[in-house]
Amino acid sequence: MNSANPLKPSERMKIPRQEPIEQAAAERSTNFLEVSFGFDLDRTVVEAQRCLDCKTPLCIDGCPVSIDIPGFITLVLQKDYVGAVNKIREANYLPAICGRVCPQETQCEELCVLGKKLTPVAIGKLERFVADYEMQNNLFVPPVIAEKRQEKVAIVGSGPAGLTCAAELARKGYQVTIFEALHAVGGVLRYGIPEFRLPKEILDIETERIKALGVQIFTNFVVGRTATIDEFFGEWGFSAIFLATGAGTPTFLGIPGENFNGVYSANEFLTRVNLMGAYRFPDFDTPIRIGKEVAVIGGGNTAMDAVRTAKRLGAEHAYLIYRRSRQEMPARQEEIHHAEQEGVEFLLLTNPTRIIGDGKNWVAGIECQRMELGEPDDSGRRRPVAVKGSEYVVPIQTIVEAIGQKPNPIIQSTTPGLDTSKRGTVVTSETQATSRPGIFAGGDLARGGATVILAMRDGKNAAAAIHQYIESQKTL
Amino acid sequence: MYRIVSTRVLAPTITRFEIEAPFVARKRKAGNFIMIRVDDHGERIPLTIADSDPVAGTITIIVQAIGKTTKQLCTKKAGESVLDVVGPLGNPTPIHNHGTVVCVGGGVGNAELYPIARALKDAGNTVLSIIGARSRDLVILEEDMRRFSDRVAVTTDDGSYGRKGFVTDQLKEFLDTVPGIGAVYAIGPLPMMKAVANLTRPYNVHTLVSLNTVMVDGTGMCGGCRVTVNGEMKFACVDGPEFDGHTVDFDELMMRNRTYNEMERVSDELHVCRLTGETQESVR
Repeated sequence: MNSANPLKPSERMKIPRQEPIEQAAAERSTNFLEVSFGFDLDRTVVEAQRCLDCKTPLCIDGCPVSIDIPGFITLVLQKDYVGAVNKIREANYLPAICGRVCPQETQCEELCVLGKKLTPVAIGKLERFVADYEMQNNLFVPPVIAEKRQEKVAIVGSGPAGLTCAAELARKGYQVTIFEALHAVGGVLRYGIPEFRLPKEILDIETERIKALGVQIFTNFVVGRTATIDEFFGEWGFSAIFLATGAGTPTFLGIPGENFNGVYSANEFLTRVNLMGAYRFPDFDTPIRIGKEVAVIGGGNTAMDAVRTAKRLGAEHAYLIYRRSRQEMPARQEEIHHAEQEGVEFLLLTNPTRIIGDGKNWVAGIECQRMELGEPDDSGRRRPVAVKGSEYVVPIQTIVEAIGQKPNPIIQSTTPGLDTSKRGTVVTSETQATSRPGIFAGGDLARGGATVILAMRDGKNAAAAIHQYIESQKTL
Repeated sequence: MYRIVSTRVLAPTITRFEIEAPFVARKRKAGNFIMIRVDDHGERIPLTIADSDPVAGTITIIVQAIGKTTKQLCTKKAGESVLDVVGPLGNPTPIHNHGTVVCVGGGVGNAELYPIARALKDAGNTVLSIIGARSRDLVILEEDMRRFSDRVAVTTDDGSYGRKGFVTDQLKEFLDTVPGIGAVYAIGPLPMMKAVANLTRPYNVHTLVSLNTVMVDGTGMCGGCRVTVNGEMKFACVDGPEFDGHTVDFDELMMRNRTYNEMERVSDELHVCRLTGETQESVR
């Protein structure tokens, strides 16, 4: 029984799930401020009271990094918000980020017992509240590192996998150095996820907390070019290396007209806006061109981010073109819902076949064909089949292709003996070990395109495996 | 921060910088480029590395002030810094012994050509160089090129120095009169490289060009630098920046490079206003 919760289980179940505070759709679709402000203190306390504090909590099984969820909620009820965030931090060093971008509805909250008949506890919003509370009140104290070790570990890439692995290893006492190719830390959290879902300030603060563990970060360092993996083992003296360079290479549909001016990969479109600040041009130097009519192709979270960004940049019509139906969209429900609220127009069961130019190499439209759903394919989703003779043209001036990314090949091509798959991913074992001893890999580089939290799990597992590897090398 | 060690004005609007970037200096080969960002509101722009000193830990870049970022960079003095430098990026120039090669440079492209001419000379080639510029005061690196070339010809559009005309006039003469030319390396404005490729095609001489494109990251991430080469989509940053000139769709690339012309003008005018202290609300 949870001594912190004065309510009986039957009383707890009567409390409705609290709704987060959000910017109104009409207002937020014109600015880049955060869409959701999460919970205030009152809502947090009420929501925390809903937790049944189950004897065998299923929510933990749903969390890829196994956060002690009832444990942190109990601390919330005891008004120990800093204790709560530190409880989360035992399992996950980036709580303010995960509280914002994790798909809780298919993880912890999906397994919450309350969700079977009622609605699950808003675990994600509680996580976010305690993380934000600590930030706003400046209450962070870096954990004490019990034992310093001499061994050096290199982390390649400063996205969610790299940052998590770095934090885990630094807490074990290792000398950790992160190498980042771009000028700013965060990987996809920086260049991919828009300000309105994850403010850069939050990312900066989380990064500072990793530095506070003694982690050194080199930006502007392209491993494979600026130095190679073999040099890291040699003259740099690293004992182990974790590769977490993500899936940063864009793919294109391969339809005619993709080199017209006004066609962007989602990577370029989002990088210009998020990393380079193009939404503040000319105050920031990097430009972006946005037509009155913008089409984003794809149905994943990246497509949602791009189309909602297009709306905020002033598109009169922001279309999302997806060849299957809404049910098959891989994007988070919350993101699809937010996009709809903001006035994004969905062209579903629609497949682009050709980009039409204006004769001067600028995009003027996109030719699409209507699709029907046929039998399920390998992914279990119903395969879209083209309806013959259904082609039609939508006038468009800006096109963003968000149809998936592949790993960047620079490290693979400069590291002999590192096995890769046909898809360009680095092959790893369950412990994130690669074909080369001492080299581990994780996140999208190994997965080919997944979520922030799965990348973090890989980073965590890799840290454990690296620790074991370094220990085993000592006993040899 | 990356400290500027020295600056030297080579021609009106063209400045040579030595910048501290020890990791880049150690790894850099002819043909590599860096991405540079001047300050925290700045763009990332690609610049070819003209030279490097691994011992001193410096790289040399030669910059023509044409847009906002390059103009801002060209106001920097020795001792000041730029915020970000990353590299060496792109594939190094393939250097082989072709027997005799012609190096054709247009304008500031000569800065990119110079390390290549030098590497080609070191590889045992007979190097014929053509330095093209609009006029005499824009001719750069003539002495440096002479050190690593067996012959140097200068052409100016207005005839104020060397031969009056275009680099292609001189190149045609070489192709017609010098036996055994195995390759042509051309770097300069896109229309020049296109003209060179068109000229060498009937001679069936291998022609390498270095493409300047729109880039954001320079590491293969954005795809903004895509070009059509031999009918296929290539990324100039990681597949290039050098390609067989006979297979490049120059017309498409020239049009792609105009994507941001209007916005670049706004950015540039605003910068000039800030420098002069004048306010011009119209450009906002």
